[in-house]
Amino acid sequence: MLFEQQIRSQFPILGREVASRPMVYFDNAATSQRPECVLALQDEICRRHNANIHRAVHTLSYEATDLYEKGRAAAQKFVNAASADEIVLTAGTTAAINLVAQCMARGGFIGKGDGILLTEAEHHSNIVPWQMVCEQYGAHLEVIPVDAGRDSANTGAVDMEAYRAALRRGVKMVSIAHVSNILGAVNPLREMVAEAHALGIPVLIDGAQGIVHRKVDVQELGCDFYTFSGHKIYAPTGIGVLYGKREWLEKLPPYMGGGDMVGKVTFEKTTYADIPLKFEAGTANFVAGACLAPALEFASQMAADPAAQAHEKALMAAMDAALASVEGVFVAAKEAAERIPLYSFTIEGVHPLDAATLLDKMGFELRSGHMCAEPIVDRIGGGSMLRASLMPYSTVAEVEAFADALQRVVKMLR
Amino acid sequence: MKSIDDIQREIVEEFAVYDEWLDKYEYLIDLGRELPLAAEGDKTDANLIEGCQSRVWLTCTRDEDGRLHFAADSDAIITKGLISLLIRVFEGQTPADILAADLHFIDDIGLKENLSPTRAGGLAAMIKRIRSYAESFAEG
Ligand SMILES: Cc1ncc(COP(=O)(O)O)c(C=O)c1O
Repeated sequence: MLFEQQIRSQFPILGREVASRPMVYFDNAATSQRPECVLALQDEICRRHNANIHRAVHTLSYEATDLYEKGRAAAQKFVNAASADEIVLTAGTTAAINLVAQCMARGGFIGKGDGILLTEAEHHSNIVPWQMVCEQYGAHLEVIPVDAGRDSANTGAVDMEAYRAALRRGVKMVSIAHVSNILGAVNPLREMVAEAHALGIPVLIDGAQGIVHRKVDVQELGCDFYTFSGHKIYAPTGIGVLYGKREWLEKLPPYMGGGDMVGKVTFEKTTYADIPLKFEAGTANFVAGACLAPALEFASQMAADPAAQAHEKALMAAMDAALASVEGVFVAAKEAAERIPLYSFTIEGVHPLDAATLLDKMGFELRSGHMCAEPIVDRIGGGSMLRASLMPYSTVAEVEAFADALQRVVKMLR
Repeated sequence: MKSIDDIQREIVEEFAVYDEWLDKYEYLIDLGRELPLAAEGDKTDANLIEGCQSRVWLTCTRDEDGRLHFAADSDAIITKGLISLLIRVFEGQTPADILAADLHFIDDIGLKENLSPTRAGGLAAMIKRIRSYAESFAEG
């Protein structure tokens, strides 16, 4: 309880109302809320240090650059990268995956006839950039099934036999979520990376959901790329992190051309900046980038706090009970060996859109629809599901109130 | 026959009884259950209005007097309620009156959020489809 109060008091937005009721924000997997420390820095930069970074010798530019680079250093520390040079700041996970996909293809590392391995539970951001590469370069997707749905054990586990078979068929790239934004099950990354590497296949991990709830050490994992979005982990929108192994970032060609990513420019020939700036063309969102520092510091403190871990367990137990209290609820990957507090579900006889609309009128903010992962939601959820996703600032009392609200909604709609 | 504006005023009065959001939606759900349903055979791709999260089918016919008649269906009940309100407003009206109508009741009863084009219910898309039916029958 004390933990709940302490953490909640740092998020001003949690005090607001929706439909004249206390708001319960359960759409954290889409965007999380920002604590005071992040809001304060955002405000301070705009008021005191606003100037373009990396370019000028004046004081303001120096201060803004310093803050932005502190954001990069915080990201390096947060994922335990060997060097800050291995941290490319992008607009978000989507931008990062597009960058890797395009640069791998342009650099000749993926080409005609080559396979790209994904699981069927990926977010559109980890499907479409690769499909574009397939169209442009004649590669193809190798999609691995997951164990989810009514007629399965519903563990959310990746079919490892199919994974190994695809690796052996000689795919050129593996790109998989740490945690799917639909299933919430934690994928066995270490095993998956090791098996791909044994065959010399590079691995990108879409950590947009995973890093929010699990500690990540890229050196220990050994993955070639790991990416996540700031706005899902206490930071502002418009900034994302792409960790890339030095050897990859050095051999990949640049992505976008523009200012900041160049060495010397003449009309005959341009040389490019060293990593990571080689991949950061144009003026970066330096305000959001700087805010990675307080945001990730906040997340680290949370991860290290035993009270936070106990709280997460209590939240998940309460959510299991809440969903079990309504007849006809099907939870995606309910039997997951390890999950994050993210639950996608359907309710028999109730359209998710109707339920989300009514829940909003009771103050509960939930996601509904295909949630940017149409293939898996089509297969296991009939094209539309509801999703409740929690953060450490969620409370057990909120989850209990959610159970009541859900029961009421079902009564109204059935 | 009541005018489009009279019917809109009636609806606004009916909704004025409810202070609570949930009560408004409860009423909308009841209306959804009374929607004049499109025949199963009419639930074709041509009659489908692809909203973002719910599917809506809408059919339109013209009688001998040149008035239009609607039937619809959806997989979401609140969406059905919304379309039943639209149908009530436009049922039996002429294409010219439909095209000239100023639709204000949605805003007046506080359901404007449903009009946003990204809103899953796709009310804006339904209105567009009704207008396009009216246009084609006005010409034909
Ligand atoms: C698993 C996963 N990948 C990628 C993304 C895309 O993130 P963004 O929209 O911040 O680029 C999301 C977020 O919606 C996600 O959940």
